[in-house]
Amino acid sequence: MSPLMGYFMLGSAFLLIISMALMLMRLIGGPTLYDRLLAVNSFGTKTVLFLCVFCFIIGRPDGVDIALLYALMNFIATIAVLKFFNYRALDVGLMQRDETRRGDPS
Amino acid sequence: MSLIFAAAAEAAHAADAAHHTDWWGVISTIGTLISMSAGLFFVLAGTIGVLRLPDFYTRLHAAGMTDTLGAELILLALIFQADNLQMVLKLLLVAFFLFVTSPTATHAVAHAAYRAGLKPLLGPYRAPDIEEDAS
Repeated sequence: MSPLMGYFMLGSAFLLIISMALMLMRLIGGPTLYDRLLAVNSFGTKTVLFLCVFCFIIGRPDGVDIALLYALMNFIATIAVLKFFNYRALDVGLMQRDETRRGDPS
Repeated sequence: MSLIFAAAAEAAHAADAAHHTDWWGVISTIGTLISMSAGLFFVLAGTIGVLRLPDFYTRLHAAGMTDTLGAELILLALIFQADNLQMVLKLLLVAFFLFVTSPTATHAVAHAAYRAGLKPLLGPYRAPDIEEDAS
């Protein structure tokens, strides 16, 4: 990688950090729970991108495995938090049949 | 834009020193610069949209759409810079998982907010109700 490309990667990593900091503002000051959850999800995606760019900057490509782990864990954490705030518990099926819930066509 | 031309000229000059033109180097450099710039534009636009839009559902729209496209473009730029096949496969795997999980998480958050009764902020033009649409 040429030095010019290295500086370009450094600048893009800096812009990703700025984007993460702005998303942290929505995470702190979000009016509802779902705004915060959206901010956490988007922050995790930007973390994955920053890890990939950072591994290219420092020249050690092993860290892409950590980025892969972050991508999967971010999705599972979002689904788990949503399920917890929906059912107030985690050991229920996602597709449980409930006749009284809203939006049920039957 | 001038950075793109400078980097392309640098790659072409480095190839001329070896008395043959490294076309793959030129193409990968230009592809990396364009793709990374577009990806950063989409990511920053999504972040500003999440900060400035007035409603949860519009914020969700901004974040969900732009995060998917921006992430794929930035990972494409890194794939152009990868130097061995293992690295390309790892980055493709990251791109595939982000491409699958990011819209799914967006859909799950929107569905949970709708089920919890969070009302969207409506203007003078609104969608018809579900009951009217069914009858």
